Amino acid sequence: MTTQHVTLTVNGEAREADVEPRLLLVHLLRDVFGLTGTHIGCDTSHCGACTVHVDGVSAKSCTMLAVQADGHEIKTIEGMADGANLHPLQQAFWDQHGLQCGFCTPGMIMQAAWLLDENPEPSEAEIREGIGGNLCRCTGYVNIVKAIQQAAGELSAAESAPVVAAATTEGQAVTAEPAAAG
Amino acid sequence: MIPGQFDYVRPGDIDQALMILREREGEAKLLSGGYSLIPLIKLRLAQPTVLVDLRDIGGLDGITETDDELRIGARATHRQIHEHPIIVDRYPGTRELAGHIGDPQVRNWGTIGGSIAHADPASDWPAMLLALRATIVCRSEGGERLVKARDFFLDTFTTALQPTEVITEIRSPRRPMHAGGAYTKLERKVGDFATCGVAAAVGLGDDGRISWVGIGITAVADAPFAATHAEAALKGAHPTEAMFHQAAAAAAAQTRPAADVRGSVEYKQAMAAEMTVRSLRRAVERAQAYV
Repeated sequence: MTTQHVTLTVNGEAREADVEPRLLLVHLLRDVFGLTGTHIGCDTSHCGACTVHVDGVSAKSCTMLAVQADGHEIKTIEGMADGANLHPLQQAFWDQHGLQCGFCTPGMIMQAAWLLDENPEPSEAEIREGIGGNLCRCTGYVNIVKAIQQAAGELSAAESAPVVAAATTEGQAVTAEPAAAG
Repeated sequence: MIPGQFDYVRPGDIDQALMILREREGEAKLLSGGYSLIPLIKLRLAQPTVLVDLRDIGGLDGITETDDELRIGARATHRQIHEHPIIVDRYPGTRELAGHIGDPQVRNWGTIGGSIAHADPASDWPAMLLALRATIVCRSEGGERLVKARDFFLDTFTTALQPTEVITEIRSPRRPMHAGGAYTKLERKVGDFATCGVAAAVGLGDDGRISWVGIGITAVADAPFAATHAEAALKGAHPTEAMFHQAAAAAAAQTRPAADVRGSVEYKQAMAAEMTVRSLRRAVERAQAYV
């Protein structure tokens, strides 16, 4: 059988593989690279469990061929935490009990991360719209929405934090208020 | 699900793509966003021997207005269309259609050209292209061929596109004053195909009467179709609720729905009528407000 060589970046790391054109991106990630955090749910493009970022844009990795990702940048759930420090979205899903069985969680977090990149302060309706392509069969979505709201607040606060730090180094008076404004 | 085997090529420009289509006529299938084609290949409902990925071909995703046309590149994603300033400012019907296709991931990657080439009988875009009497630009090595949307959607998954052609652009009339469009989609849940979808485009004359009208309907026949009987009833009429209902009854009579998990024949016909009323009502409101 014919294989093609693909070179791509996965979570900031250069990876390559020889793949059959019919290999799906999700199988490349899970079976070849061993990144099993990306789940296969419905396998029919409906459930969003396999959601990853391709060049920063959320995509269903069961609906993309590995060869299509050649030369592109992939981010998976394994690329979210900073060492032992959870990404604010991961922490928020923990804090808000945004999961029960956890199967949909990696896709849900990747989709939420894309949503917050696009729209850092979404309304509840915008969050629900934004995760419309991701199914959860346990939680009823209420805590997932709360988790995304928590992370949105923290990420916006973190955005404004460097301004506070800069003000401090310049020796200006800093109140405790600005960082909480997010 | 594992697709069957195929070759994959990613040409760098459209001439190369057209050459491959000619050399492997009938075997090659174009890959755009992939959100229609890849599920079919996984289910082995489609088994092309070579996929020609259009991803690296630039210049096919522009959205522009000329003096008399709106031109949308075939590789424009649903999301690009939904968010483009021209669409946001002046094409509310097209915008609401683009925003209701599939789900966010589908809209991130799925393209208008891919969608209409695929021609699912329940897909959304054909309804609006029929309503707007759009033109589809099909390019082959021999040059460009302009196909009217009303001559394009022939049957289920069947279009007038030839195996050696690529859709490069969709052109529709630029929105004049006193004109408006709308798309109403009934779906069981987010991301589902339409149970029924109706697009309407309406132009009003100085006397407030309907001077031109287009209605495109999807998901309630073997292929999306123009509701020509309803259009004939509306032309020259005052845009009243009674007229909308009369037109909707004519539109429903032209449907040929199949009973399935989304509803019975009677239900779908009733919904086609209701969605027609709603789209006409909104299109007229927008036409009256666009001065």
